Amino acid sequence: MRIGTGLLLGLLTGLLWGTIAVALTGISLTLITGLPATPIISAGALGGAVNAAIILLRAPADRTPGLYLVAFAGVIIAMMLVSFGAPFSLAFSESSLIQAFGVGLIALAVTFANRAVLIDIQSGMLKRYAIDLVIVRTLKGFGFVFFSVIVILPFYVMVMTSLKNQQDLFLNPLDLSIDLTQGAASLFDSYVELFTKFNFGRFLLISTIVSVSTVLITLAFSIPGAYAVARLKFPGQTVLSSSILLIYLVPMIVLVIPLYAVFSQLGLRNTVVGLLIVYPATTVPVALYMLQGYFRGLPAELEEAGLMDGLSRLGVIWKITLPLALPALASVSLYVFMIAWNEFLFAFMFLDDPDIFTLSRGVVSLNSSEVPRQHLMAGAVIATVPILVIFLWFERFLVQGLTAGSVKG
Amino acid sequence: MAPSKSTAQTPATSPPRKGKLGPMARREARLALWMLAPTFLIVMGIVLFPLLANFWISVKPVTLSDLRPPTPVVSERVRGDFEIAGQEFEIQYRLRNSSRDGDITDVVLTDTLPAGITVIDPGDVCTVTGAEVRCTLDGLPAGERTRLKMTAVSDESFAANPVSPRDSEPTITGTSDNILTNSEFTLDNFARIFDSHEFWSVLWVTITYTVFGTLGALVLGLFAAQMLNKPFAGRSIIRGLFLFPYVAPVIAVAFTWVILLDPFNGTFNAILQRMNIADEGVNFFGQRDIPIDVFGLTIDFPLALATVIAFEAWRYFPLSFLFILARMQSISSDMYEAAEVDGATPLQQFWHISLPQLLGILSTLFLLRFIWTFNKFDDIFLLTGGAAGTRTLTVDVYEQGFALSNLGAGAAVAVAIFILLLVFAVFYFKFVHREDS
Repeated sequence: MRIGTGLLLGLLTGLLWGTIAVALTGISLTLITGLPATPIISAGALGGAVNAAIILLRAPADRTPGLYLVAFAGVIIAMMLVSFGAPFSLAFSESSLIQAFGVGLIALAVTFANRAVLIDIQSGMLKRYAIDLVIVRTLKGFGFVFFSVIVILPFYVMVMTSLKNQQDLFLNPLDLSIDLTQGAASLFDSYVELFTKFNFGRFLLISTIVSVSTVLITLAFSIPGAYAVARLKFPGQTVLSSSILLIYLVPMIVLVIPLYAVFSQLGLRNTVVGLLIVYPATTVPVALYMLQGYFRGLPAELEEAGLMDGLSRLGVIWKITLPLALPALASVSLYVFMIAWNEFLFAFMFLDDPDIFTLSRGVVSLNSSEVPRQHLMAGAVIATVPILVIFLWFERFLVQGLTAGSVKG
Repeated sequence: MAPSKSTAQTPATSPPRKGKLGPMARREARLALWMLAPTFLIVMGIVLFPLLANFWISVKPVTLSDLRPPTPVVSERVRGDFEIAGQEFEIQYRLRNSSRDGDITDVVLTDTLPAGITVIDPGDVCTVTGAEVRCTLDGLPAGERTRLKMTAVSDESFAANPVSPRDSEPTITGTSDNILTNSEFTLDNFARIFDSHEFWSVLWVTITYTVFGTLGALVLGLFAAQMLNKPFAGRSIIRGLFLFPYVAPVIAVAFTWVILLDPFNGTFNAILQRMNIADEGVNFFGQRDIPIDVFGLTIDFPLALATVIAFEAWRYFPLSFLFILARMQSISSDMYEAAEVDGATPLQQFWHISLPQLLGILSTLFLLRFIWTFNKFDDIFLLTGGAAGTRTLTVDVYEQGFALSNLGAGAAVAVAIFILLLVFAVFYFKFVHREDS
């Protein structure tokens, strides 16, 4: 083995992987099993460095599975030595199986990560290209871990908190493990209570009605408008199509006070109809913009043929344009549905009557010191699950909608 | 935006005489107008009209309670025995103004008396025609209570089958001055918000939040897009996962963060303590400043504001990620191959090929996200309610208008937001036009 920048970089990335692996595994063990584990960071870091050093012992071409096996064992031995046999600050007699699994997982993860980063790297002096390669690979790997953690952790906490009870939560906030022996009834206690005592079934219904109606109204308004902008010639056409998105830069909060004042006096404030007037107004411009872009891309010859054959303009739209534009309609509908479902500001300002609360408004009403927090989280889960299911189901359309319309958020 | 104005852009196919449309073209334009009319109406009514109305409200001394206009309230009493024929009794109307500070004018009260009752003395303001009673008052000042008395007598037929005169509800109407439509104006709202020391700190917080929130979301998005640029197994799953923070309702993720970062029994604080990073729970959303030692120099780090900015970056990185990824996929691989042959390292390729290609989308995203973050209300309102040095202009609108019930002052802050936004928009269009050319 030659000693050079390759070894130095290898040791550094090894340190990093070891640190990440031991910290993540320790925290995950605690969160999932409820064990009071405190990972010894230095043990993991050293294990990672040892692993990298063993891999770099041989030139890239000569690395055998046996070498990786030795490197794998090296992590375990180094960790055990540094932490005096307790890498999670737990006596090994305590849940030894889980601990052994944790250590094995760390060693495996570190070996794979080091192998991926150092696959064609030797220990001697490296060229600039190879150094960059190591840095980029390390950054990428770190990015995967980082983004996965920041995205998964909040959602994991949300779901698990909703399944616990107040006492356990206060006793040990780290213990998010679920006691599956308690039976479904007590596990889903918060959900049952929300649906029976807090009227969440009704909120769910109102949210669905409001969102679906918003989609229908938006389509009814934007389809003819988009067609006119895309296909018909009229004065001011270009000005209109380029300025329609300006509406998007108007802050909703500026509209709240006048709308609140006017809707109060008209008696529209505390009503579903009031919401159904406001929501489409915010979604129609962008729906129109997205649809007109799609309509322009459709072949005009088909429509002209339809006109020749005696169809009216409306007939052409209904029988030719819309069937061709189904993917775009799906994108727009999903995107509008998402906006309406997630809308908070106007629901919060306008609705006082619990009989017509949308889910967003209903979850806010749970945010008080009298309502236990697992109820609040259960409410959050109820609001999130439908939209995430729809999103995963129709991901392709929604992603198209997001990119085409540049959703406001 | 008015479609009837600019006729200059009628295309070459239209008749040669400028400004005149042929009958076919005119029909087409009329059809287009009809098809656009619903969109126009709803946008006018719900977006443009409120924008203007906001200016109007900002120069009005209007509070939340003014939205309930003063109304006259009446209750009817009967004194004396009306069931005995020939006995005189008194009918009283007690009038009250529901508001303590709004006058009511032209108050008219009408009531129907049961058959068989004759009014002997209708009092000064009431007249009786048949069974109909009609009383008119010139005005009912704020908070005033008054009684109208009538003396009446019942006859034999009534006494045989008595019904209370109270059974028929009196109706009352009046005109009150609506603060929203009268011609009383004031500049107090603007004086109040600009005089307060608070406004400038709110402005400062808004700008910090906007700049760092936008940059954070962009940098995270760029990082994530780099990771997913090359295809690998499970890429679409990861992409879907990365979009979760953006797709989930703000209400759910905001409350999750609040509970996750709870200083006493939040999971994140428990992790920090377990890893011996922090000695005691850190109140991320409640603590304004935290002293940090940097080389012996103690600086106050705005903790709550930084946490809110972190939330903003977390929630909106998926959007920039999606756009940057879409743009990166469209960069032709030839350039990278050529660079590879020339010996350019991965970091050099990123710096000299990817980044210049992405500059357009990055600057557009920056400006759009800048404006949207500036307009953002929900996130901070749900996370901190504007406490601990996180109050932005948008939260201030709510605070002034609804928490302090001074709609006028709230509207004044909204006007300030709108004007700042106009400045951004002008800048944006200048910038975009330069991009195009």
